[in-house]
Amino acid sequence: MNLMQILKGLMFDYTLRTVALGSGILGIVSGALGVYAVLRKQSLLGDAMSHAALPGIAIAFILTGSKAPLVLILGAAAAGWVGTLFIMAVLNKTRIKDDSALGIVLSVFFGFGLVLLTFIQKMPKATQAGLDNFLFGQAATLMERDVIIMGLLGAAVLIIMMVFWKEFKLLSFDSEFGSSLGFPIKKLDFILTGLLVVAIVLGLQTVGVVLMSAMIVAPAASARQWTDKLGLMVALSAVFGALAGMSGAIISSVTAHLPTGPTIVLCISFVVAVSMTLAPNRGLLWRWFRERRNNRRLRLEAVLLDLGMLAEQHEDLSHGHPASVLNTMSMGQGGVERSLEELERRGLVQNINEDEWALTQGGVKEINRILEHREVKKV
Amino acid sequence: MNAEIEIQLIASVVAAACALPGVFLVLRRMALMSDAISHAILVGIVLAFFVTKNIASPFLIIAAAFTGVITVVLVELLNRTRLVKEDAAIGLVFPVLFSIGVILIARYAGNVHLDTDAVLLGELAFAPFNRIVISGYDLGPQALYVMSAVLLVNILFIALFYKELKLATFDSGLAAALGFSPVFIHYTLMSLVSITTVGAFEAVGSILVVALMIAPPATAYLLTDSLMWMLGLSVSIGVISGISGYWLARFMDASIAGCMATMTGIFFILGLLFAPERGMVALARRHARNRWEFALWTLAVHLFNHENLPESATENRVDHLHEHVGWDREYAQKVLTHAKQRDIVEQENGRLYLTRTGRQMAKRALVK
Repeated sequence: MNLMQILKGLMFDYTLRTVALGSGILGIVSGALGVYAVLRKQSLLGDAMSHAALPGIAIAFILTGSKAPLVLILGAAAAGWVGTLFIMAVLNKTRIKDDSALGIVLSVFFGFGLVLLTFIQKMPKATQAGLDNFLFGQAATLMERDVIIMGLLGAAVLIIMMVFWKEFKLLSFDSEFGSSLGFPIKKLDFILTGLLVVAIVLGLQTVGVVLMSAMIVAPAASARQWTDKLGLMVALSAVFGALAGMSGAIISSVTAHLPTGPTIVLCISFVVAVSMTLAPNRGLLWRWFRERRNNRRLRLEAVLLDLGMLAEQHEDLSHGHPASVLNTMSMGQGGVERSLEELERRGLVQNINEDEWALTQGGVKEINRILEHREVKKV
Repeated sequence: MNAEIEIQLIASVVAAACALPGVFLVLRRMALMSDAISHAILVGIVLAFFVTKNIASPFLIIAAAFTGVITVVLVELLNRTRLVKEDAAIGLVFPVLFSIGVILIARYAGNVHLDTDAVLLGELAFAPFNRIVISGYDLGPQALYVMSAVLLVNILFIALFYKELKLATFDSGLAAALGFSPVFIHYTLMSLVSITTVGAFEAVGSILVVALMIAPPATAYLLTDSLMWMLGLSVSIGVISGISGYWLARFMDASIAGCMATMTGIFFILGLLFAPERGMVALARRHARNRWEFALWTLAVHLFNHENLPESATENRVDHLHEHVGWDREYAQKVLTHAKQRDIVEQENGRLYLTRTGRQMAKRALVK
């Protein structure tokens, strides 16, 4: 399929349109809520929650015999909640640390979920087909009613997030200050965690329980590289999530044997890689260039100042000094020749003969400027 | 040996082998590394499988263990860029590797028994079918040998480096100062976790390995303060979970590995509730006992303060307690009954007198 066909499909093909819309919604919601999880160092809580949701899905199916998305979503959310409360209880009541508590909930709930799934498989006349899709997600199974439910729930989550914007901000950055101001921090924590559960549960059908955590962490981690502002970060994260969700889901539904969850994860990870490399200021490439520039500037200044010290011992400014002396003074920094050439190009030093160098008037001025600058900085 | 016993034996060996490095993961707060490693090694297994075309090749284990170590290195590199926090670093690295593994399986390995169910669940029930047969002699299931070897390596490592591990775990600064490289211990431990995960992977799948590695040690951590005991208890709890999980699976006709994980969770909850010192029941009981004790002291001190003074006729009465100490009548009556049983007060016409024990108790409380 080429791009035109996909675009055409998006407009006229029911399945493709549904898939794209559904994954877009999930990307927006998980991207926005993920920001709080990442800022509060709860990135892996999402992992535990999504795994914990599996038995909820199975129990909801066993109890009702229905595969209606709302029923399964409720079951998943209830189980995700129980898992989270269990983690909180273990952290509050014992000396077991968060990593172990998360690991236990994640693996034990998931194991129990698999027990229930295999149990359902062997139930007489049960049509469990489809529950497996919750493991790695199957975007192609999304239907219009699923997308409508996702849209409504997602909108509700985002609205609540907006309503408590200031409170959640305080909770994420300085919860102790918040509680000293009289905010009900525990209740807010409760609400925010609840929103996170809903965001995760929304994505289970598309991305699957195993990889849903990536949809929480990755968009937010990407957005973090581009901005320091919470509002912008939430918006960017939602955009990244939507882009990756849509492209991943579309690629997977037009290709055979391509599970949706992993495809979406690869898309969003690509966004992470690009953000971490290219983002201005924080990006690795940016940082590398800045370091290189700084190093070069410092090397040039060092050589210039060394030459200045030599020049001070002679009345005549144009008295030449051999590069080898400067090389010794640079204490093995190296690159002195290259620095001298660069300085010459800038008109700060001049080549007197063959291998001897002297300051120009401009060089003297530059030295004074540097020293003044450093003096000011010291003060 | 019949298949039933063989499966239980394999389950026990897997559980024991997982519990040993798990103890150090729990103590070193790196439990989720096992989650990351167990997901990430899938890529190593799949790639090695494409090269060797043989699912039983030992090369698979080496490649997978190598991938595990690479995962740890990647997480640390990402962490060191300071662009993301450590938890996010873990959460970014393993989904990528796992996704690549799952996609490779889904696209290119559909017809071998490397399917996604096997990845998540393992195939413990099939383990006895894969046997080692040398010149006609049936030596038993291969998985048993592989896991026994892994268990042996784990035991050897912990026995040889017990002191170093202990020191590096509880005081890595001191360990470094004394010349044991914490980095060396760290990477060796991570390699062990990787090897154990790979070995257990075939039997119990990628996510349930985490249950076997973390839940039994965490349960043991609720029960004891001694590292030796913790190691022993973890192994025992793991083995019991494995065997009881097998029977639960037989009973429910469900996934064995899933049932084993469920049993580790049940034992953890039991530990959480009933651990002798740290269990919730013990905590609640201690709390209640302290409350009674405190109430008795309050009563004794109150009576002592007003003893032999003119106002004692009004102060030291039953019906005055709720006014002065703030207890409701019912509670005051309960405390009083308790105090009489313990021979702290005597009652005469509604007036309360301290006994000798009661007076001593009040004095002791005041001195404190």
